[in-house]
Amino acid sequence: MNEQQQTLWQFMQQQSAKLQEQTLQHIGLTFISLCIAVLVGLPLGILISRKKQLSGIVLGIAGMLQTIPSIALLGFMIPLLGIGPKPAIVALLLYALLPIIRNTYTGILGVDSAVKEAATAMGMSKWQILFKVELPLAMPVIFAGIRTATVINVGVATLASLIAAGGLGEFIFGGISLNNGNMILAGAIPSALLAIIFDVLLSFVQKISFKKIKQALYALPVLLALLCLFYFIPAKSTGKLTAGFTPEFMGRQDGDLGLRSRYGLKIHTIVISDAVMYKAAFEKQLDVISGYSTDGRLKAYNLVVLDDDKHIFPPYYAAPIVRDDALRKFPDLEKTLNLLAGKINDSVMTDLNYRTDYLHQSPERVAKDFLMAHQLWHAERGGKDGIVRIGSKIFGEQYILANIYSMLIMGYTDHDVSTKTGLGGTKICFDAMTNNQIDFYPEYTGTGLLAILQASAQTVNKVTANKDSTYNYVQQQFEKRYQVKWLKPIGFNNAYALMMRQEQANKLGIKTISNLKQYLDRK
Amino acid sequence: MIKVDNVSRHFGEVKAVDGVSFEVPEQETLILLGTSGCGKTTTLKMINRLIEPTGGNIFINGKNIMEQQPEALRRGIGYVLQNNGLFPHYTVAENIAIVSHLLKWDKQKTEKRTAELLEKLHLDKAYLKAYPHELSGGQQQRIGLARALASDPPVLLMDEPFGALDNVTRSKIHAEFKALDELKRKTIIMVTHDVQEAFELGDRICLMDKGIIVQNGTPEELLFKPKNDFVKDFLEHQRLQLEFKTIKLNDLWELLPELNKEADNLSFNVDTSLWEVLESFRFNGEETINISKDQNEIKTAGFEQLMSAFYQYKNKQSHE
Repeated sequence: MNEQQQTLWQFMQQQSAKLQEQTLQHIGLTFISLCIAVLVGLPLGILISRKKQLSGIVLGIAGMLQTIPSIALLGFMIPLLGIGPKPAIVALLLYALLPIIRNTYTGILGVDSAVKEAATAMGMSKWQILFKVELPLAMPVIFAGIRTATVINVGVATLASLIAAGGLGEFIFGGISLNNGNMILAGAIPSALLAIIFDVLLSFVQKISFKKIKQALYALPVLLALLCLFYFIPAKSTGKLTAGFTPEFMGRQDGDLGLRSRYGLKIHTIVISDAVMYKAAFEKQLDVISGYSTDGRLKAYNLVVLDDDKHIFPPYYAAPIVRDDALRKFPDLEKTLNLLAGKINDSVMTDLNYRTDYLHQSPERVAKDFLMAHQLWHAERGGKDGIVRIGSKIFGEQYILANIYSMLIMGYTDHDVSTKTGLGGTKICFDAMTNNQIDFYPEYTGTGLLAILQASAQTVNKVTANKDSTYNYVQQQFEKRYQVKWLKPIGFNNAYALMMRQEQANKLGIKTISNLKQYLDRK
Repeated sequence: MIKVDNVSRHFGEVKAVDGVSFEVPEQETLILLGTSGCGKTTTLKMINRLIEPTGGNIFINGKNIMEQQPEALRRGIGYVLQNNGLFPHYTVAENIAIVSHLLKWDKQKTEKRTAELLEKLHLDKAYLKAYPHELSGGQQQRIGLARALASDPPVLLMDEPFGALDNVTRSKIHAEFKALDELKRKTIIMVTHDVQEAFELGDRICLMDKGIIVQNGTPEELLFKPKNDFVKDFLEHQRLQLEFKTIKLNDLWELLPELNKEADNLSFNVDTSLWEVLESFRFNGEETINISKDQNEIKTAGFEQLMSAFYQYKNKQSHE
């Protein structure tokens, strides 16, 4: 336990500059959106306290906005506002609205009617009653709403990192992708602390007596404005090109770290989720992204892969991996699965992915079309002799491969198949296999090496120099440790890759990562 | 002078106030008396336009209130509420100064006036910096009265001003209220459901029921010349006490016999109510009191003489 804390502390010290930057961004995001939410919510709350027939609609809409899952709300924002702080702030603002509007409304309605009547009878105008009586008396309730909104915003702001708006979510989601507990905690603990600190601070403001609130009211906007500025402090001057990398890529040796150490690449980088990264590159909000070399969106958005001339990305050649006892049980299985060996290269796989991901064709259809085109398709033979269980991970490419294999087995053998597709991740998929839940699934050499075998840095350096040595190493080790056999590679390499828009790469004459570095260093 | 002329307030089908008319001469106190829902508070609130009439006219000193800006109108009318309606976030001093502030009085004038009012209402200066919730109910009600009087408006509207107080505090404030010279110069309309209070404080009483005025008259007129059974029944419950309180020694003067004068008796002025005199009796033996009229005339009477005169007076009233 002690050691665990030690390493977390070390991690935070080591990453202190980044941690500070992310924390400031986080505070900035929270308060910019909060300020706007107060500016919008307070007048709306006042309005519906005057025109009660509007209250149902306004509170209804604000309530509905709050029920939209935060990640979905961010998703809705992208087509409208692109990526970066703008959509994040708008999404956060929408979440903060309900508590502010509702508490302003109930706060004002809760003011003692005798006091309001007295104020009217003394000859105060409507505005005087609002500013001298209703708002001051409703202030504790309104503040409670602002407190709630602040705490919600600190939490939701972690998601902002998914659309390249920064904040502590960069560590949290990077940590989740990399299975790095310290990294998750380095993001989660500060954001939890922020929530608690702001809550406590605001509770103090809330309790300040009516008298002092008058002064506090002047101090508050100044304070809020200062907090908002935090967001802009870390923002560096934008370089020539902007890169968008996934949180996972940021933390990997065969990712951003390798780009810096091997290539010496220095590029203005923002962190972004891969769900929106390709589109952002297409829409010229990003210039360089960290994608997968066979992703269908490569084709859809006309992107080009930069050649990894210094070989920092290990090869990720795909091949079916099969339990040894399944091979014994179904002697014709290996021969059948190897029918696909060498048949799909990078561009073919990209095309197949493009059809499912972008043209929304079903994986079955894509699989069948492919087999027909290569004259590999055979009609089903009925499948009376045992059931082969096929697994796949939860992304398009794996669904296609699982379907192709299923059709091959049905066409070339007498076995039936059952497919367990959409298994959450490498760990889940591989555990299903070692626990005899599935017989085989398509795996990638790089994943086998790094995620399953968790090879040491030395080994990785040694065996990733070329694709065959990687393949040989994992084949050997899997047999030894897990009694699982790597069949022949399918042909394509679904590795990490840097990619740019074809048009821009051509214009700038960038073909390799070294070219990119040279271009960036030119001035 | 306040003139209410055929004023109505209808809420849809409901006629909260239906064609009410009355006049309040300057420096007099009119009580709007009745049970809950009789329309008395609605009538009061129409005078400073907290509620807008649906028909009729109201004039204050000859000016139609509907032709004035509501805020300006209200700044010229003092208003006292049942639950005092003090601003909880204002100190006592700030509460009292609300209207002066709205009228843009200078600071000195406001402070002087506030100090003057505190003294008249028997409030300690130390309270000025306190907040309303730190004061007792009676003190809060006095501050409410001070706030209404701060800019010295000629007209005062009071909506059950003492309704939330306990009996002891209430009778204490009643006494102060009657003694306050400040209030003797005001034209006052007060709403209450408390018959005793109405008789004690009112120059005239409007007894209301179901949105109309059943009888408008002096306390004596209501007691001894009730217009109908409703008025009679309304007062029946406390009739004897009301009569004792309403009848002054002056009313009985002619009916009292000439007794031997006793010099060392307790002495009362003819303006004293019968109730007050009776309260002074200790009922030990042949007790008598002296009644003085115009300084020089003095009559001496015992309990029996007073009672006999009281019944003669009552009989005379009902046969007139």
